[in-house]
Amino acid sequence: MLFALIRRALAAHRGAVAAIIGLQLLQTTANLLLPTLNAAIIDQGIVAGDTPAIPRLGAVMAAVAAVQVVTALAAGYLGAVVAMRVARDLRSDLFATVQTFSSQDIAGFGASSLVTRATNDVVQIQNLTLLVLTMLVAAPASFVGGIVLAVHQDVALSGIVVAVIPLLAAIMFLIVRRLIPLYRAGQQLIDRAGRTLREQIIGANVIRSFVRQEHEMRRFGAVNRDLTRNNLDSALLVAGMNPLIMIVVNLSSVAVVWFGGHRIAAGQMKVGTLAAFIAYILQIMIAIVMAMYVFTTAPRAAVCAERIRAVLDTEPSIADPRTAVVGAAVRTVEPRAAAGTVEFRDVGFAYPGAEKPVLSGISFTARPGTTTAVIGATGSGKTTLVNLLPRFLDPTHGTVFLGGADIATLPLDQLRGRISLVPQHSHLFGGTVARNLRVGGPDATDAELWEALEAAQADVFVRELDGGLDAPLSQGGGNLSGGQRQRLCIARALLRHADVYLFDDSFSALDYGTDHRLRRALQPLLADATVLVVAERVASIADADTILVLEEGRVSAQGSHDALLAGSPAYRDIAASQLILADSL
Amino acid sequence: MTADGAADTAETDTAVTPPPPPRRRTAARLLGLLRPVRLRMAGVVAATCGFAALNVAAPKYLGDATDIVVRGVMGRGFDEAHLGRLLLAVSLMYLGASVFSWIQGALTATAVQRLSYGLRAAVERKVHVLPSAHFEGQHRGDVLSRATNDVDNVSQSLNQLLNQLIMSVLMLTGALTMMIWLSPLLALIALVSVPVSTLVTVLVARRSQAHFGEQWSSTGAVQAHLEEFFSGHEVVKAFGRQEAAATVFRAGNERLYRAASSAQYLSGMVQPLMLFVANLNYIAVAVIGALQVAAGTMSIGGVQAFIQFSRLFSQPMGQIGGMLTLIQSCLASAGRVFALLDADEIPADTGEVAVPAGTGNAALPAGRIRFEGVSFGYRPDAPVVRDLSFTAEPGQTVAIVGHTGAGKTTVVNLLMRFYEPDAGRITIDGVDIAELPRDVLRAGIGTVLQDAWLFTGTIRDNIEYGRPGAPDADIIAAAQASHVDPFVRALPDGYATVLGNDGGSLSRGQRQLISIARTHLAGGSILVLDEATSSVDSRTELQIREAMARLREDRTSFVIAHRLSTVRDADLILVMDQGRIVEQGTHQELTGRGGHYAALCRAQFAGLPAAADALESGR
Repeated sequence: MLFALIRRALAAHRGAVAAIIGLQLLQTTANLLLPTLNAAIIDQGIVAGDTPAIPRLGAVMAAVAAVQVVTALAAGYLGAVVAMRVARDLRSDLFATVQTFSSQDIAGFGASSLVTRATNDVVQIQNLTLLVLTMLVAAPASFVGGIVLAVHQDVALSGIVVAVIPLLAAIMFLIVRRLIPLYRAGQQLIDRAGRTLREQIIGANVIRSFVRQEHEMRRFGAVNRDLTRNNLDSALLVAGMNPLIMIVVNLSSVAVVWFGGHRIAAGQMKVGTLAAFIAYILQIMIAIVMAMYVFTTAPRAAVCAERIRAVLDTEPSIADPRTAVVGAAVRTVEPRAAAGTVEFRDVGFAYPGAEKPVLSGISFTARPGTTTAVIGATGSGKTTLVNLLPRFLDPTHGTVFLGGADIATLPLDQLRGRISLVPQHSHLFGGTVARNLRVGGPDATDAELWEALEAAQADVFVRELDGGLDAPLSQGGGNLSGGQRQRLCIARALLRHADVYLFDDSFSALDYGTDHRLRRALQPLLADATVLVVAERVASIADADTILVLEEGRVSAQGSHDALLAGSPAYRDIAASQLILADSL
Repeated sequence: MTADGAADTAETDTAVTPPPPPRRRTAARLLGLLRPVRLRMAGVVAATCGFAALNVAAPKYLGDATDIVVRGVMGRGFDEAHLGRLLLAVSLMYLGASVFSWIQGALTATAVQRLSYGLRAAVERKVHVLPSAHFEGQHRGDVLSRATNDVDNVSQSLNQLLNQLIMSVLMLTGALTMMIWLSPLLALIALVSVPVSTLVTVLVARRSQAHFGEQWSSTGAVQAHLEEFFSGHEVVKAFGRQEAAATVFRAGNERLYRAASSAQYLSGMVQPLMLFVANLNYIAVAVIGALQVAAGTMSIGGVQAFIQFSRLFSQPMGQIGGMLTLIQSCLASAGRVFALLDADEIPADTGEVAVPAGTGNAALPAGRIRFEGVSFGYRPDAPVVRDLSFTAEPGQTVAIVGHTGAGKTTVVNLLMRFYEPDAGRITIDGVDIAELPRDVLRAGIGTVLQDAWLFTGTIRDNIEYGRPGAPDADIIAAAQASHVDPFVRALPDGYATVLGNDGGSLSRGQRQLISIARTHLAGGSILVLDEATSSVDSRTELQIREAMARLREDRTSFVIAHRLSTVRDADLILVMDQGRIVEQGTHQELTGRGGHYAALCRAQFAGLPAAADALESGR
């Protein structure tokens, strides 16, 4: 999983990686040559008494050291660039993948977990890549080189090195095996801590009004404690690994002197060999310590890789149709259907695993130039119905047609490009008023912006904002009232020239007066379009051409206001309830 | 949603959160955080001393052991017993060094984890005392990034620093001592490398500093953008703005990449450069040492030991160099965390009254509430309410009506003290609410705010939030009164249904009903309903109408509603327009007057008379 991800990520930087490996090999070779040259100084220069050889060998050593530093610097540079590119590309991939996600896909992971994955988890992979690039090449080379040179110096003594390796491997294996589940739980705890904090920030006013700060601190405290305990557990394991490995390696150098001493005494080995051997042991130890860094970082990164892959491998539950299907779609287009005609044919929707479908057996047709309204109780499925048209959700039964074509066969961009939506939740972006409006019409002139604002009954307050069109809005539009946000969203939707306009409960935060004026202003603008309105108030939809009464996910009646008043008890109930609520007026 | 979005983040960032404090102060403060764990830190230093001493001494004796071997070769007899004793001693030293190393690592880990726990808790506590305005703008993502990424970075770098820095310094001094003891001349040669190494490190660290700062602030910006995108993804998709969103993201991502790779490369340069200096040093020692052996002034074992020491000397030099750059990264993150912790808090309560434990409901009387010439603007130059004056008698219901944006919610914000008036005052029974502790004030006010906020947890937990520890019977009673019970019972898990992200698959109306149930349970002598039922359908509203009326009984209530039905029965109706009260009185008085209120009523029910007629004729 981990190595597959890293290999895939590194594939784009094959050249750089090859260069790094080459440079590292050179650097390691240089590093290994230094003790050998040192041994030569002792054996040739001192023991053999060839004093002039000493400075000569010293000069060779200096040259080798120079090669070493140059290659190390170059490898370091390439390593930094490649590792950070890997991180950048992973973030990009994650962002691009999440862009294709449906609302359900995002909710499945949780927005805050997705953010953690794109930041914290990616950093773990980046750190490992960096280590791998700087160490995993040098470490095995150093390790293997150290062993080869040690064997070359004295075969019998090398037995010690060979005996120690499985011991070290066993220690690492045991510790890493315990680290992995810890790290897995740890990343989930980071998610949980982030989610809790996020909720607290969003709900700050509610928390304050219920005076539950203490409770919230306890709630976060619990996560924080769990997270700290988890981090501590893994840190203690890592802290234990270090001395264990050190003792094994150090004792092996003691063994080298003991056995080496005997071999020298027996005349089977030279004195210089012993010195070189100790240096090689040090070399091997450094390699092992490097590998250890990798092995302590790898488990966490492996867990992160799993989490990142889970996102990247998720097939968006709603995707563009394959080209072949698009071809087929063209044939199914009924030539008579106008571009804006919306038809639901026996449509049903159920969340996976849910006992009851949210929608079932929905059939209706909405034609250009007409307004179709959907009314129903809270939780009757109105928003779900609206979400099916731009394919934020796909029906689990039946088909939705736009302009005679099954919308599942249309490219998403093209489909959504023909629909202009005012969502239930008025989402605005950071930036100015104008920037937010131009989300709807990127090329709209200021005059056009004002026109849309006027129709949306938003011109008066925008004019009063400091800066007018250029007034800054905060993310989510927190500095505006709910109704002001809603009207900006309406203006944004109007700036888009679309076949179909969807208003999802878009008038609920508007007072009745504004609502009334707004609807009057909309009529001429949307005269040629297909309009779908979800509403709560009978008064808002009384003039719609067709009204669908939704009850527990089914259309219990459809018709004009008058027809429904006469024929639908449910509709009459709704109207009556509003009349009772209104009675003396 | 254009490329300058990222730049905006950086601008607003400095607007509310103060810039990071100077690095020296940050460093001092970070060390200050280690005070509570100073005993542990002393333990770390002691263990490190023990480790360093043994780790430095062991090679010296290993060198002696080599000399025994060499003496054997030189024909002076191989003293096996002596070698054995010496090597046993060396083994014990290494064993001791490992034990010390373990103690040191374990103590460091607990100290650092405790510090990170404290930092995260401090950031979270801060969330509860920052003014509401702080969470507007792109701050959410950035605040989160500070609490997670930056705290994590501080913790990871500190762990490494504490583990290695003390050790390196000690190893450095220990090795140097031994080198001077073995050969002052060779030690002097080794010392030449110190100023060279220092210079290299300082030059590199200075250059990497800015890059590390940039790396962590870009991380915050990227996270802020991700937050914004993930919460608004439907709009982005509906308007086909994925490409524009991706452009902003790419710009931030690219900036992060550039800063991170520069910082990484620069800090990565230190170690090879140090190694080079060390290698030159090693060569000098080897050459000069060998010449000395040839001249007979030093033993081979001595040179051998010296070479090992010069390695022990140069290795920590390189590590210290590497750590100086790590410190840059650590300080950059710590600075961001401290800047958040230093952001201006809500002014402290002036009142002496402490919050009564458990329920604070009794503390606030259902007294006479007066607004006296209250003015306020979210920005000083743009007043939202102007010169607001009215009196709500105990037990009365006050309805606030007016066009969207007239300042109705602001009245609530001021009463709840989410914001403080710029002028005028608000009193309860003559007491200025500014003198009441906020918690006492808020505990006495039951509220249903415009946006129904539900947290991750069961539906029961979300209702119980209003009165912690409430018995099941009360929770179900509140749920029934708010019409939550029927739809909750239809869910497979009933009240134990876990609400996922941001309320999950419940409709907005259902979420509103749950937050009404929560307030039902909470009680309070004053009630604030800000568009409490705006997303609830009229039939359901009719069904909970009785309960809502009961909720208002005996309480001074403020109601903001677009449905005039709720407004009609109010004892006092305030009609607001552009921040001012333009009319006040009862429904009867105001409809008779033919002013703003009458117009609102007419507009609301345009179309309804026809419906009423039809309804009549349909019967």
